[in-house]
Amino acid sequence: MTTLEIVGKQVEFDEEGFLKNPDDWTRELAEALAAEMGITLTPKHWQVIEFCRQDFQRTGESPTLRRITKESGVTTKELYKLFPKGPAKKVARIAGLKKPTGCI
Amino acid sequence: MFAQNGDNGERKLCIICSKGTLDMAYPGLILANAALMEGIDVTMFFTFWGLDIINKKKMKHLKCTPLGNPAMGMPNLLAVMPGATHLVTKMMEKEIEKLDFPPVDEFLQMIADAGGEMYGCKMSMDMMKLTQDDLFEGVAGVVGAMEFMEMSENAQVLFI
Repeated sequence: MTTLEIVGKQVEFDEEGFLKNPDDWTRELAEALAAEMGITLTPKHWQVIEFCRQDFQRTGESPTLRRITKESGVTTKELYKLFPKGPAKKVARIAGLKKPTGCI
Repeated sequence: MFAQNGDNGERKLCIICSKGTLDMAYPGLILANAALMEGIDVTMFFTFWGLDIINKKKMKHLKCTPLGNPAMGMPNLLAVMPGATHLVTKMMEKEIEKLDFPPVDEFLQMIADAGGEMYGCKMSMDMMKLTQDDLFEGVAGVVGAMEFMEMSENAQVLFI
């Protein structure tokens, strides 16, 4: 477990960089985490992040990429452009969710 | 910030798909997609019966047979009956859908959209009298075994 100070707040992460407590998540934190990965969040990014957070609240699981592309209105092509090189974990990290476990 | 930031750097996976049955098509498709989701570069090489997976006329009609497959639990004597393959295929398709895995053609599109590269095997295509026009549009080209060796340099290779 790692505790880091991000945007003036102490935040806990697990050893793989996923937020320990989903309630610690803020939009500023998402921006800081994205910046760390070289991503500047645009409205399209937020569309994905907000869908994932809402879906997580409903199901308790990080949504699969298949679910994201089917339900959030963002296509596979767009998703890989928005979160290049490994979108599944990047989306979950930025959205403050746990590591995704789905196979699709 | 974190060592394992989901960035797999230059990691590369090559998958050789050599079987054309429904049950043997999915492992390659699932692993290719999983690798892409993880940020790993993927090249797929379809050879011999595996070409059915990317053959436009056949990819929507791949079959799964219980014959000679003890894992399926159907006695061979029943598995040879007309309709057994059709029945098992339909059942498997239903299970695949339940797990939210897309049908083969949609899966290929997803892999192509995610940046996966696909190639047909030249020799097998010559043997089966196929041209690139017969293949799924997302297939990048037709290559020989030696070219595949060049492409798979420094990659992890899976033969399915």
